[in-house]
Amino acid sequence: MLRFEGEALAYGSTTVLADVDFALHPGERVVLLGRSGAGKSTLLNAAYRRLAETLPEIALVPQEHGLVPQLSVFHNVYMGRLDARGAIYNLANLAWPFPSQRRSVAVALETVGLTGFDRKPVESLSGGQKQRTALARAIHRGGRILVGDEPVSAVDERQAALLVDELERCFETVLLALHDVELARRFATRLVGIRGGRIHFDRPTAEVSNGDIHDLYRA
Amino acid sequence: MPRLGRIGTAAAFVALAVALLPIADLRMASHDPWAELGRMGAGLLSPDFSSLGALSYAAALTVAFAICGVALGATAGFLLAPLYRFAPVRLLCIAIRSIHELFWAILLLQVTGLSATTGILAIAIPYAGIFAKVFSEYLDEADSRPAAAMPPRADFVSVHFFARLPLAAREFQVYLLYRLECGLRSSAVLGFVGLPTLGFQLDTFFKQGMYGAVAAVLIIYYVLIATMRLWMHWPLAPVYLIGSIGFMATLTTPPMAQGALIRFLTSDIVPAPLRNGDLADGETWSRFFDWLHNLLVNQALPGLTATMIVTQIALVLAGFVALIGFPLLVRPVIGRFGSIIGHIGLVVGRSTPEYMLAYIALQVFGPSILPAVIALGLHNGAIIAHLLGRQSAHVHESLRQDAPRGIVLYAYELLPRIYGSFLALCLYRWEIIVRESAIVGLLGIATLGFYVDRAIQEIRIDRAVILLLVTMLATVAIDYISRKFRAAIGIEKLVAKKDQVPTSATNLHAAISGR
Repeated sequence: MLRFEGEALAYGSTTVLADVDFALHPGERVVLLGRSGAGKSTLLNAAYRRLAETLPEIALVPQEHGLVPQLSVFHNVYMGRLDARGAIYNLANLAWPFPSQRRSVAVALETVGLTGFDRKPVESLSGGQKQRTALARAIHRGGRILVGDEPVSAVDERQAALLVDELERCFETVLLALHDVELARRFATRLVGIRGGRIHFDRPTAEVSNGDIHDLYRA
Repeated sequence: MPRLGRIGTAAAFVALAVALLPIADLRMASHDPWAELGRMGAGLLSPDFSSLGALSYAAALTVAFAICGVALGATAGFLLAPLYRFAPVRLLCIAIRSIHELFWAILLLQVTGLSATTGILAIAIPYAGIFAKVFSEYLDEADSRPAAAMPPRADFVSVHFFARLPLAAREFQVYLLYRLECGLRSSAVLGFVGLPTLGFQLDTFFKQGMYGAVAAVLIIYYVLIATMRLWMHWPLAPVYLIGSIGFMATLTTPPMAQGALIRFLTSDIVPAPLRNGDLADGETWSRFFDWLHNLLVNQALPGLTATMIVTQIALVLAGFVALIGFPLLVRPVIGRFGSIIGHIGLVVGRSTPEYMLAYIALQVFGPSILPAVIALGLHNGAIIAHLLGRQSAHVHESLRQDAPRGIVLYAYELLPRIYGSFLALCLYRWEIIVRESAIVGLLGIATLGFYVDRAIQEIRIDRAVILLLVTMLATVAIDYISRKFRAAIGIEKLVAKKDQVPTSATNLHAAISGR
């Protein structure tokens, strides 16, 4: 469903990743690993843009969440399906939320443990709650594939594991960047290590040794 | 752009203004201005509220015109803002806002007569262009990440309302309130062309020499402006709007001939040689070019020259007023008592519309460009001083504990820090001063407005339209040159909103795009 062959990926005008060979197949759960600034976000963004061109059924949890702080949790989650209805329906629901939409959003909120938060403005939430809202938006959107940039970085380890399990349940194909190696190993079918502006390894999880990982993070 | 540096640029502007002085008509045309000023002063000290009923009615109408005009302009600007990046929309907005609301009013008088529609549209049309620009800037400055996180095929309108608008809504509100204050000023000034607002009362009393009543009008006007933020509450806005619309509906309108709009568009504004001649005939076109040549050489050129002379001298005067005025707002420079006086002086200077100031100065000094220069210099200088004063208060807070006081503080600590912003603000006001110089021509000063007004008096709307186009081009040209200057001396970013005290963001927009 996605293939980069020897491509250079840039952030603005600076090339961050050179000579990228990367493919994503349906049903895979791929996790990108690497030190911060290695180029994980660049690869994720490029992958999202490429996938979205041909596959509109794609959900995204961007870095920094991309939430609208002034709007309620309900509206932010609803925005995941902004393409499902026409503008008039959307605007009516912005001014006066429909009960059916409230129910539908409540399901996604329950999944991420935010039941009862739907009327709170996002700006009043804690960091972890904001991240859950962004996850709820992606889950509410649904679809065949999820692209997420550190989607559980702001919640504690145990909850991160639960949330990642939910993502696995909701999406057939997942492409994530994670910093928690243990979590990545447990979740991913394939691990991709990025170092020094290049893809360092790209192998099924079972074939990645602790030495490989250590290599990735050493100074 | 030649590399002049910051000091060099200011020196060049001053040198140009000085060079223009000998050819500028700065004489005092009035026989005895000081006696007139004395009578005015005496009148102003004993305000006469005997016609309070009529004044309250005019004040209420001033508010109603402002609310209706600003609401309509804001709605149009709100709808145009997301489209502002498209060149045709942007050009339309630049064109409509480069024409002063008084010019719009005298043009609209030909179509809709002395009616509520004329007053409302005269405010709404130029304001729509300003709102569209400012709202689109707020949208561009807002966080763009939520919009980037929207589903790939979500429609433009939904994404705009969900993921862009809420992020800029607060700025919209603050700016709207500021614009309403401008609207009150515009609305009052519309009285000078005959609409029943406070300006009309002022004009009437002035002509009768009833200076006590003039003082009453001015006091009511200042009270209206000063208390606006007390009575204008958001939850009440719909009530005010509906009330204003209802009030407007009670105005009786002198009847206009049927089809005035069609006649205006298809006949009045068409250049006379083309209107009367056969378009296929070469003769018609040669007559048209003669007509255009005459108009440009005999009216547009002298009008434009006078407009630019007024502009350049007034700009330099405004600069001096600002440099002398802003320390008057800073208590450690001038002391507690001085800063109170400074505040009052500058508030009066900036909240009295430039047109009203020019009108008053004209009564004192008689018809030359002197009243225009004084009015524009004082008004714009007070606005710049006000913005600089706020910024210096901010600067002063972060100075070292043992910072000097008084004039040394001003010269060594404040001025060097503020100077870049000062220059940037002057360059921003430059374009606005051009527009204002043109409009004071309506008072009889020989700038472009004088020729526009004469053409309209002679019911030669075609000429007025060409002269207004010249005005528009002059404004746009100065805007362009000012931007080049700002870029050349590296002050484009100096007054970026992020460096300002949060509350002054809208004032800055006032300086940049307001009047």
